Amino acid sequence: MSSVLYDTPGPRAKARNRMMSVLGVLAVAGLITLSIVRLANTGQLAPEMWGIFQYSGIIEGIADGIVRTLQAFVLAGILSLVLAAVLAVARLSDHWPVRWFAMAFIELFRAVPLLITIFVIWVGFLTDQPMWALVLGLTVYNGSVQAEVLRAGILAVPKGQVEAAYALGMSKTQVMVTIQIPQAVRAMLPAVISQLVVTLKDTSLGFIIVYEELLQAGTLLARNTIVNGDNPYVTVILVIGAIYIAMCMALSALATWIERRGRRARTGIEVAKAAPVLEAGDVTQPD
Amino acid sequence: MNVLLDHFALFRDGFIGTVSLTAASALIALVLGVVIAGFRVSPVPPLRAFGTVWVTVLRNTPLVLLFLVAFFILPMVLFPGMSPYVLAILALGFYTSSFVCEAVRSGINTVAVGQAEAARSLGMTFMQTLRLIVLPQATRTVLPPMSSILIALTKNSAIAGAFSNTELFGVQKDLSDMGFNIMVVFLWIALAYLIITFSISGVFRVLERQMGVAR
Repeated sequence: MSSVLYDTPGPRAKARNRMMSVLGVLAVAGLITLSIVRLANTGQLAPEMWGIFQYSGIIEGIADGIVRTLQAFVLAGILSLVLAAVLAVARLSDHWPVRWFAMAFIELFRAVPLLITIFVIWVGFLTDQPMWALVLGLTVYNGSVQAEVLRAGILAVPKGQVEAAYALGMSKTQVMVTIQIPQAVRAMLPAVISQLVVTLKDTSLGFIIVYEELLQAGTLLARNTIVNGDNPYVTVILVIGAIYIAMCMALSALATWIERRGRRARTGIEVAKAAPVLEAGDVTQPD
Repeated sequence: MNVLLDHFALFRDGFIGTVSLTAASALIALVLGVVIAGFRVSPVPPLRAFGTVWVTVLRNTPLVLLFLVAFFILPMVLFPGMSPYVLAILALGFYTSSFVCEAVRSGINTVAVGQAEAARSLGMTFMQTLRLIVLPQATRTVLPPMSSILIALTKNSAIAGAFSNTELFGVQKDLSDMGFNIMVVFLWIALAYLIITFSISGVFRVLERQMGVAR
């Protein structure tokens, strides 16, 4: 036990821990049972409610939802990384208007709730194309966040490497493109992927602008299906929740794996941590 | 400018709604987050497992889905007829609690084990170690992540507007329905959010300066 808070337990502490284990398990099991009983009483957990997942219509609806979610995610992921690279380089520019514009852009879109950005794009420009409204909203928000991640990575490249490149006669652009960005991407990959998990989660905001991604598709199915005279909201929400958790955890696992691999390389650059999936929109800075 | 002045009452209510949603759910998140962090560092394995499941599930679930859980499932488990405000702060508070928990836990973990050992060898009791050695240092390291968690919470509270709560996103929706220029409305709403988030980061900067002692 390496915790700061507790001593290695002696016989009495061990007995106490065992008792608390039992009580804890009982309390949690009690809460879960109570919720299940209450839900079952409303008929939401009846076998028929789960039976809906045998119908091909329901399965296809959910599969379509997953496809549309992934579609928005992939587009937003790629576009936001492109935007991030542009913004990160612009923030490090020698020309103050470029630097200043990039900073204002990043600060504005990081500060405004993503939902509001998406809504503005939807109502103002792309009313008929909710998917592109969602994708563009995700792009400007996550692009701004990722830009700061990349910038931190670029600044983490040891100064000597940049100086050496200049000494070899490379131009500023060459130094950025061939020396700084590749290493920044490599060092920041885990943090970048962690932010992609956030992007994946945020595609669910499409629910609010009526883009038929997984969440919207699921609730639509629940609304249009009637089992035992009731809508199967509970079962559908539980299933969709499980799908989201599985998708996000798979992506997080990828980030952790890459982080572990990155630690093996000796580049003199600290590889960013994958762990803190802060949807905070805050930058994980290498310290 | 006219949009703001003509509909000042709407903006004011929205602003107050956002602040109140943020404050109420921040309270829930802080209390729950600290409790769950306590679970995660406790010597009792089932509580640790519970904490891990809590954090994993809540961090990997989209907030909109949690809102759906709050509005469709929760009233069946607890009691029907809860107000949208209560449901919204529960969804926001529970979601944010998982981030608070991780911040607090890593804060506790940054305190060197040797310090607690030293405290014990000086004869301090568990409570003394916690109160005098571990918590003051943990609090300091937790402040910066806590600030960004609260800012994120402020922004996330916008989703409550889509679930029949009065706050700034709702104001934006109403005004765009009334036919005002969406970009003008956007700038005012953005300014309102900037005021709130800058206040939060300002307060935390003061706190950090007061508590910041070099290690």
